[in-house]
Amino acid sequence: MIPASFAYHAPQSVAEAVSLLEQHGDEAKILAGGHSLLPALKLRLSQPGVLIDISRIGELQGIHVGSSIEIGAGATYAAVAGHAGVRSGCAVLAECVEQIGDIQVRNRGTVGGALAHADPAADLPAVLLALGGSVSAQGPGGSRTIAADDLFVEMLTTALEPNEVVTKVTVPALGKGEGAAYSKLKHPASRYAIVGVAAYVKLAADGSVAAARIAVTGAGPKAERQSAAEAALVGSAGDDAAVAAAAAAAGDDMEYLGDIHASEDYRRAMVKVYTRRAVAAALSRARA
Amino acid sequence: MTAEAPTKVVGKALKRREDPQLISGQGSFIDDIKLAGMLHAVVVRSPYAHARIKSINTARALARSGVVAVFTGEDMMDINPLPCAWQAAAGRIQNNLNTPRALAVGEVHFAGDAVALVVAEDRYIARDAADLVDVEYEPLGVVVDARKATEPGAPQLHENAPNNIVFEWECGDAARTDAAFSTADVVVGEEIINQRLLPTPMETRGAIGRYEPSTGEYTLWTTSQAPHVMRLLLTAFVFGIPEPKLRVISPNVGGGFGQKIFCYNDMAFTLWASKKLGGRPVKFVEDRSENYKYSTAGRDHITDVEIAGTRDGKISGLRIKTHANLGAYISTIAPGIPTTLYGRIATGVYKIPAAHCKVWGVYTNTAMVDAYRGAGRPEASYLIERMIDRFAAEIGMDPAEVRRRNFIQPEDFPYDNGMGLLPYDSGNYEPALNKALAMIGYDDFRKQQAEARAKGRYLGIGLSSYVEICGVAPSAWIGLPGEGWGAGLWESANVRVHLTGQVVVTTGSLPHGQGLETTFAQLVADELGVPYENVVVEHSDTAGTPFGYGTYGSRSAAVGGTALVKSAMKIKEKARRLAAHMLEASVDDVVFEDGKAFVKGSPDNSKSIGEIALQASVAYSLPEGMEPFLDETTYYDPPNCTFPFGTHIAIVEVDRDTGMVDLQRYVAVDDVGTVINPLIVDGQLHGGIAQGVAQALYERAVYDDNGQLVSGTLMDYAVPVASMLPSYETGRTVTPSPVNPMGVKGAGEAGTIASAQAVMNAVVDALSPFGIKHLQMPATSERVWAAMHGK
Repeated sequence: MIPASFAYHAPQSVAEAVSLLEQHGDEAKILAGGHSLLPALKLRLSQPGVLIDISRIGELQGIHVGSSIEIGAGATYAAVAGHAGVRSGCAVLAECVEQIGDIQVRNRGTVGGALAHADPAADLPAVLLALGGSVSAQGPGGSRTIAADDLFVEMLTTALEPNEVVTKVTVPALGKGEGAAYSKLKHPASRYAIVGVAAYVKLAADGSVAAARIAVTGAGPKAERQSAAEAALVGSAGDDAAVAAAAAAAGDDMEYLGDIHASEDYRRAMVKVYTRRAVAAALSRARA
Repeated sequence: MTAEAPTKVVGKALKRREDPQLISGQGSFIDDIKLAGMLHAVVVRSPYAHARIKSINTARALARSGVVAVFTGEDMMDINPLPCAWQAAAGRIQNNLNTPRALAVGEVHFAGDAVALVVAEDRYIARDAADLVDVEYEPLGVVVDARKATEPGAPQLHENAPNNIVFEWECGDAARTDAAFSTADVVVGEEIINQRLLPTPMETRGAIGRYEPSTGEYTLWTTSQAPHVMRLLLTAFVFGIPEPKLRVISPNVGGGFGQKIFCYNDMAFTLWASKKLGGRPVKFVEDRSENYKYSTAGRDHITDVEIAGTRDGKISGLRIKTHANLGAYISTIAPGIPTTLYGRIATGVYKIPAAHCKVWGVYTNTAMVDAYRGAGRPEASYLIERMIDRFAAEIGMDPAEVRRRNFIQPEDFPYDNGMGLLPYDSGNYEPALNKALAMIGYDDFRKQQAEARAKGRYLGIGLSSYVEICGVAPSAWIGLPGEGWGAGLWESANVRVHLTGQVVVTTGSLPHGQGLETTFAQLVADELGVPYENVVVEHSDTAGTPFGYGTYGSRSAAVGGTALVKSAMKIKEKARRLAAHMLEASVDDVVFEDGKAFVKGSPDNSKSIGEIALQASVAYSLPEGMEPFLDETTYYDPPNCTFPFGTHIAIVEVDRDTGMVDLQRYVAVDDVGTVINPLIVDGQLHGGIAQGVAQALYERAVYDDNGQLVSGTLMDYAVPVASMLPSYETGRTVTPSPVNPMGVKGAGEAGTIASAQAVMNAVVDALSPFGIKHLQMPATSERVWAAMHGK
């Protein structure tokens, strides 16, 4: 478990980090919490020549709660889980990060790192998709915002440019009539999601479902929205039959991955089970 | 002179004296040791599971700055392959024995096999340079499954082992068993797979070899459970040098679970390389991936088992056919595990009039398999306990009742099970079963289960009544020529009472998590009547400790502990004779009690052990012919093993939708004989149960068809964390062993031996409404879901 040699930089600002990325190009890799990167380095699956450690950049820290919730890309899972504003404004986010890894992982792993890495079994991508959130990224030409729906391109690949650094993650603060939940089948060894489903619903004044977003992670090569399941829900009364219809519609048009822990068939079945659980929980929160 | 006798400490839950050092990070493990001039070795490993080595080019690696040397197997032909210490199976194994060399020569036989050694100034350089060693391979056919390996046309690993068979072994009575089956009312059979497990000690293995050119002496620091045995094997078999030329030291060892009993190639190549490099010490420490790929695994049996009996619940026969995967080479005691430690205990706690067990040991293109916590007994206990439940379900009888009807009864002890084992020493199985049933609330549970099923919830309960073999040592069994081990595994202890009254104990046993410094001090303190604090236990260094066979097989209390109690008894006897002289009394009139000697009936005029030790050390005015100093050694070969037993019960709930198994309760009633330290016994049982539960629900080493270890990291191999395990409810019965003076049996492996089948029986019970009769381990959510949904 000894990584190949690399040069190490610890920039103090995002601008400096971007400039280092510019300078080193493909050789460079951003190091944040390191909980995905360091194991890959130690197994020599990844051998970057340059590491740019962004964990000391102050502007990447911090969590601000207003009409939306803005989380610095460098905020750790533990910081998010323990933030009172997050817990009251967007409980699903806390619920999600609390299920990541173990305490040690949550004390090091970062929100921005997880989204930029786009591990197919990571939890946060599903939640970001369901909440309709976005990430902000800074590159040599300035900053831009990437909607969650545009972020996840394929396995371990996002819409981020190689010279961009994620600076913050934005999700809406949920109001009355809105609810979201994340439900997960944990991998027994890694605690990643074998299947994770995040659901968001918004109720109309008459109690019917006005909007829904459902996203699945873990089952396939990337986290993705479940439009058929969403369609089954929108306009419905959000009753048991509607939840069942959404669950039944989930996961039919997805690409699946299988491994020694869960076959494609099992994952397909679990997408439906966890969709039902996540949607039911989201509806119950929306009605609370 | 009188003094208050120290409080007795045997039976007290003393905290382990080892712990302050270990839990505050002050321990010294193999990787903490840094010697002047030390070099670092990294192994170049085969990416192929089976291949011919066509060429090895070390030039690029040698050119790397900081690389001192690169060695291949051809360089190390002046040392022998590692020895196998188990040679039976009717002599046949002698002819096809293939043990590893320090580095492979000519051919590699599993992915991770050691091909070359890079030695460098630091570990980083060595690791980088390992990638620069160019090895050309010609890939060969691969087989990883023990049964398939014996089939015609399977890839052959070793020329001297046709059909990859290492041995065929059997025990019990085949003809009688066949007869029992032919007349039986009921016969049930099952294919039962006991999956391969990775022992996963928290500390991986390692070695530092140092050669002293001026004296020709070697020192080896290594993560070993048996340093004296390593010295014997390395000197006598591998290097061919006089035994005293090697000193072996086990520093703090971070868990072993059997994996650290064995002689490994790194022990040989670090010593060899140090000599080659003029005496600079050479260190090798595995990383986790190497530990998983190269160091020994456990279990890996494929078994066809049948049980025969009557409709009224009496078992009449048991027939077992097992293919045991031994891996690519034979590890130190590998063939002994699926044979003598397995078949001979296959009938468990039951009186089974006819039983037979046949085992094929098989080579495959996988890492070596050898003892892992329980070593043969978990596999045996799993089989019989699963089949008792299968049988109970078949005849529609409560599984607790079937157990009761077949238990060996208290008056049957010592009990010969007919499988070629020494007789079970003592036991009383039904009270342990009854206690466990009461603790779990068995009758109430059946009501809850029925109510839950009506609501679509699936609860299950599983019983496991077990017996196991502890104190693996007796020459009367282990030393039998045909049994394979070739030597009784006796144990030693020396006890000295110094001039200051301080007691120093040295033993051939050694702790690597068992708390022996604590329990051994408790035994000696009580025996000599000295304060516990005044007893120091020294171990783990062949210089300064008497020869012993080491710590494994739940033997340290029953065998090593007996050796030191016997030494303490000898000390007391000498002290009594010296005290008689000091008191000017007749030896026959003097007794030694609670740390002092006095004339019977006159305890007020006594000599304390401290006073006697002072006199013995000063050596002024000793009785005629008495040697100075209180110093006694015992080499103890027990007449029998000890046989702990008990009943474990698990309750699970299975989620209909996902197949997730929720282990809700776990009751363990264990009878480990006399308990020296209940805190340590509970700790051993808790850890043991966790490892058995892990086998039932989580852990599984998987090779793909190319022989690649798919579960090769902790991201894939599911060692459970605390949140995946329940809070255990433990109880005890105490049936002292008649084998040793303390009455101890052993607790190191009992939890692992008992637990997997309790959980699996519960899972199958929960699934019974779906017509499920058996499920293979581990009961992953997918397996359980697939079983319920007919997939």
